[in-house]
Amino acid sequence: MANSTLDKARKGMPVTVVKLPSGDIKSQLIRLGISEGDTLKCIVRLPGGTIVVKKNRHEIALGFDLAKKIKVILQ
Amino acid sequence: MKSDNIISYSPIADSEAIISEANKSSSAQKIVLAGNPNVGKSCVFNYMSGMYVDVSNFPGTTISITRGHYKGNDVFDTPGIYGVGSFNDEEKVARDIILSADVIINVVNAVNLDRDLFLTLQLIDMGKKVSVLLNFNDELKKRKIRIDTKKLSELLGVEVFKTAAVDKQGFEKLNEAIEKAKVGNQELDLHFMLQQVTNKSISQAEALLILEGDESIAKKNNTECGTADERERIYIGRRNRVNEIFDAVEYEDSKKGEIFNWFGRLSLNPITGLPILALMLVLMYFFIGDLVSQRIVDYTENTIGRGFFEYNLKSIVAEHSDTKIDVIQFDTEGNKIGNKSFIFTEGLNSNEPLKKEFEHYSKVEGAETHFQFSNFFLKLLFGEFGIITMTTTYLLFLLLPLVLAFYLIMALLEDSGYLPRLATMLDRSFNKIGLNGRAVIPIMLGFGCITMANITTRLLGTEREKSIVTAILQFVIPCSAQLAVIAALLSGAGISALLLYVSVIGTVLIVLSTVLNKMLPGESSPLLIDLPAIRVPRIDNILKKTFFRSWGFMKEAGFWFFIGALAVGLMEITGILKVWQNILEPLTTTWLKLPKEAANAFVMGMVRRDFGAAGLFQMSLTVMQKTVSIITITLFVPCIASFVVMLKERGLKEGMIIWTGTWVAAFFIGGLVAQLVI
Repeated sequence: MANSTLDKARKGMPVTVVKLPSGDIKSQLIRLGISEGDTLKCIVRLPGGTIVVKKNRHEIALGFDLAKKIKVILQ
Repeated sequence: MKSDNIISYSPIADSEAIISEANKSSSAQKIVLAGNPNVGKSCVFNYMSGMYVDVSNFPGTTISITRGHYKGNDVFDTPGIYGVGSFNDEEKVARDIILSADVIINVVNAVNLDRDLFLTLQLIDMGKKVSVLLNFNDELKKRKIRIDTKKLSELLGVEVFKTAAVDKQGFEKLNEAIEKAKVGNQELDLHFMLQQVTNKSISQAEALLILEGDESIAKKNNTECGTADERERIYIGRRNRVNEIFDAVEYEDSKKGEIFNWFGRLSLNPITGLPILALMLVLMYFFIGDLVSQRIVDYTENTIGRGFFEYNLKSIVAEHSDTKIDVIQFDTEGNKIGNKSFIFTEGLNSNEPLKKEFEHYSKVEGAETHFQFSNFFLKLLFGEFGIITMTTTYLLFLLLPLVLAFYLIMALLEDSGYLPRLATMLDRSFNKIGLNGRAVIPIMLGFGCITMANITTRLLGTEREKSIVTAILQFVIPCSAQLAVIAALLSGAGISALLLYVSVIGTVLIVLSTVLNKMLPGESSPLLIDLPAIRVPRIDNILKKTFFRSWGFMKEAGFWFFIGALAVGLMEITGILKVWQNILEPLTTTWLKLPKEAANAFVMGMVRRDFGAAGLFQMSLTVMQKTVSIITITLFVPCIASFVVMLKERGLKEGMIIWTGTWVAAFFIGGLVAQLVI
């Protein structure tokens, strides 16, 4: 367990969201089902840092710059 | 931000016009279908509305709002959204339709219930009459998931119906769903807060949006809107309620039902994704580049458009007016074998023998006929650049087949779930030039038609992204009409010409986008998209989408093509076109080291990009001269229609900067290459 940001996640790793960036993007993340306290699974990390996570049964892609701003605990 | 409506949207003013138009039939109920992207909304809509659908999308591109009729009621389809709000243009359109609804049929993807219920609860919080269709019921069984619909219905306070859109299972209950739609269970605290804002002129639905910080709704009602913090609080509360409901109603019997999405995964990872992309592009090339833009367009444009439509129309016009007609005959290899001029000072009908001779001569296989009217207005309407003749041929017989083909491919890529994955895979590369992966869509469309792509830039998140993509499109992306001629010129020129061309254009692309990314203020929006399951697209949905979007595009852009043709026609008749040629001539011969006729090709390129390129085809050029000229013509200004549409989309100032920039870049860079290699 370590405090980190989502862009550091590796394939297959479960992560718990600690803090989302503020602003409109936070509302958009909450709508898609990513809120603080949720546990997601990183299913793909593309070279360069684009991250694909899985929440329950759906997959969401996040750009590197966004992933960098999401504080998570890597498990 | 979803593939379902990734290239559809329209400005709000229009949606209001359409909604108020629908208001006229007062006894009819307004039924609105709402749901997340890819939940099968359009299947439900198609079932309800049948064949007869109004597509209303004035200056908005493609399908924005479709309205049908179901048992005396109006049914509206909306773009797929994750919540009601104003984060992007699609949402604004959906929001306005939802606000005006009498009954909302909320279509929900049962497999992603936790995601979709957020919108459901928001609709219920708005105090609207709602019924829920739990779609993809068939998938639940496959995946060994159970949903307690009775409990879900109790918790939501509205009726829930199980459906499977694929085989229309459960659709017979749609009547019941509409009749039994009701106001659901709302959270008490929130409901109480809303009552403080709600009054005679502000409905509960509007009150909720105002509280959630929707500025335009607040402004409309002359009231202050909620803060971002307030919205966040409401959103978090709603998300928590969703999670509680989800935990209470869903059971997963076994993890074995989980479907591993091989193709989805493979198309994401560059190692496998890039070859998949390459394969797609090759297939696209054969379909669009070879079949449609060469064979089909060749037939529709030359045989139907020029040979039949223009020939006959112009002949009728010439019957009673002073006309000079040049006919050139070609053999099957395209070599000129004869030409004749016919002069009818009083019109065709005044000289029957000559008319007969002309008809006989011009109807030989492979003959080209050029009518020259002496009357100013006839020239403007029916001449070489006639508003009626040229625009009709261009729109219906050249552009329409291409637009249909491109939208068909886009619909296939979207509905299969490939497009969002492509955007994800390319995201990081696009980041380097200040864009995110979604920019792949307008750029891909640009290879079809720049005008179409210019309109599609609207789906991008910020103004700076729209500016960057618009500039890239006008400067470096050759449209399909132009690509065909470029490919023909390059194929005879050898590998070194190809390499030189690609590297020069590539360098311009990188320099241009890097400079714009550094120069333009603000920040680009990050990629955040949902990746839908990969599935085989449904043919009826694909065809419907293709048809509606093409219709929407033709309706919107058609007018601007007429304006463009009018401008060119006037320039030709008044001699301004000749002046342009004279100005460009010295530049062409000394700086670009090309024959002086090439100046003519460049001027024609302002009208239609392929005219310009085709002009070069007829000249005898050395290999390097060919390379220089296609570099110049690629970088050179977009065609007159995309120029006008660009001005409309991006404003006069930005449009003119880009347009002037393409002049400078084309001649400066083309000349630089010429000085080095010729």
